[in-house]
Amino acid sequence: MNSKRMGNQTVVFANPPVILSSYSVVGPKEGQGPLGKTFDHVWKDVLHGEKSWEVAESKMLLETMQGAIQQAQLPQDKIDFILAGDLLNQIIASSFAARQMALPFIGLYGACSTMALSMAMGSMLIDGGFAEHVLAGVSSHHDTAERQFRAPTEQGNQRAMSAQWTVTGAGCVVLGGSGTGPRITAATLGRVVDFDETDISNMGAAMAPAVADTIINHFHDLQRQASDYDLIVSGDLGTVGLALATEVLKQSGVDMGTGFSDCGIMIFDASQDVHAGASGCGCSSVVFAGDIMRRIKAGELKRVLLVGSGALHSPTSSLQGESIPGIGHAVVIEA
Amino acid sequence: MANQTLRKPTISVTPQAYKTLSQQLTPKPTILKNIVRAFVVGGVICAIGQVILNLFVIGGLTSIEASTAATATMIFLGALLTGLGIYDTIGKFAGAGSIVPVTGFANSIVAPAMEFQREGYILGVGSKLFTVAGPVLVYGITTSIVVGIIYYILH
Repeated sequence: MNSKRMGNQTVVFANPPVILSSYSVVGPKEGQGPLGKTFDHVWKDVLHGEKSWEVAESKMLLETMQGAIQQAQLPQDKIDFILAGDLLNQIIASSFAARQMALPFIGLYGACSTMALSMAMGSMLIDGGFAEHVLAGVSSHHDTAERQFRAPTEQGNQRAMSAQWTVTGAGCVVLGGSGTGPRITAATLGRVVDFDETDISNMGAAMAPAVADTIINHFHDLQRQASDYDLIVSGDLGTVGLALATEVLKQSGVDMGTGFSDCGIMIFDASQDVHAGASGCGCSSVVFAGDIMRRIKAGELKRVLLVGSGALHSPTSSLQGESIPGIGHAVVIEA
Repeated sequence: MANQTLRKPTISVTPQAYKTLSQQLTPKPTILKNIVRAFVVGGVICAIGQVILNLFVIGGLTSIEASTAATATMIFLGALLTGLGIYDTIGKFAGAGSIVPVTGFANSIVAPAMEFQREGYILGVGSKLFTVAGPVLVYGITTSIVVGIIYYILH
């Protein structure tokens, strides 16, 4: 039996892959937020001189991919695989960015959990001996997401109090089999968990059970508890989802202590009028590549659990009355 | 549909219990604030419409001509404010107050027109123009026909 598997859902890496570099690019609203200074580049405008938001999003991801490779001080052809995803139909932001990179590309879709998923998959490729360097990254864009999942952007309507604001941002990491830097030591891949939430303005509530399920299984598989981590951070549960996940975990006998936070809450502050927080693939990727990586490198955080959270619905499934399935993927990053 | 079975360990909360919990922890819509804002902004829009209507009457139009001209002017203003990127800000503040008047109808047509221009004039603007207003038109016109038939039968 494979010794890298622990328990039901967790993999533990024999030679933990190193995060050689991280890079993030965000839009102006994210740049004005409390983490503004931690991002590598803040765009002044969400269109960035392109002809459409979709093209802009893809350019943002491309810039992030190139930035991450440059920071890792690697020639581009040393990257064995690109693992990337986004929220657009047929993940065009990622595949169009990968078109410019001319490297083997594996497109991933885990909705907003894709950053954690790409880091887990990249680590498995490296520790499995199938790659030496992997570029893992994602993007999301507020306006491309609005027009795909909700309403035209100029339409005058009110957002629900539980609604979340899709981040305009792209984050990438370069993972390597050797080198210096924080290491990805384990990953717990999540199950699709659906607790019958149907409100598309309440993604946090749809994803909270999946995140809680992944955390419970992670703790079970590795015989750990919340206090073993300096920070446990979910991807984009927002204020409603984080409160629900904390409560569900408590009722299931898991005390999360004080170190449980959410990237969707960290990236904006109350004055930015985003209601329940942020969402989108970009959210957890830029908070991780920016703020969390800086704090790990500064020695402030020794062991972090990043639990990417995704809502696996589509506009069609919601119109047909289906509930919103959620997923949570967890990766352990250690200094 | 909720998961039927999840291998243990998993969360020990049932979907039914979760629903109750979710309702407790999800913030309620600010109904009173929304109603007051909708009333005030909706009233202001209607008052502006009335001023325009009166000006057309003063200018010499008959009352039927003046109301058509005033409606057209309000539609123009709604479209203009949408084009300038102002109407969505008003809509965020006023909610139904700026959706229900005819200016809101203009907004619901112009917003998709702007949005889908990048996909071309035929399959972009042409096919997506009524994505928001379509249901209003379909059921508005259907209702008017049904009411018309009832009126015809009764008289």
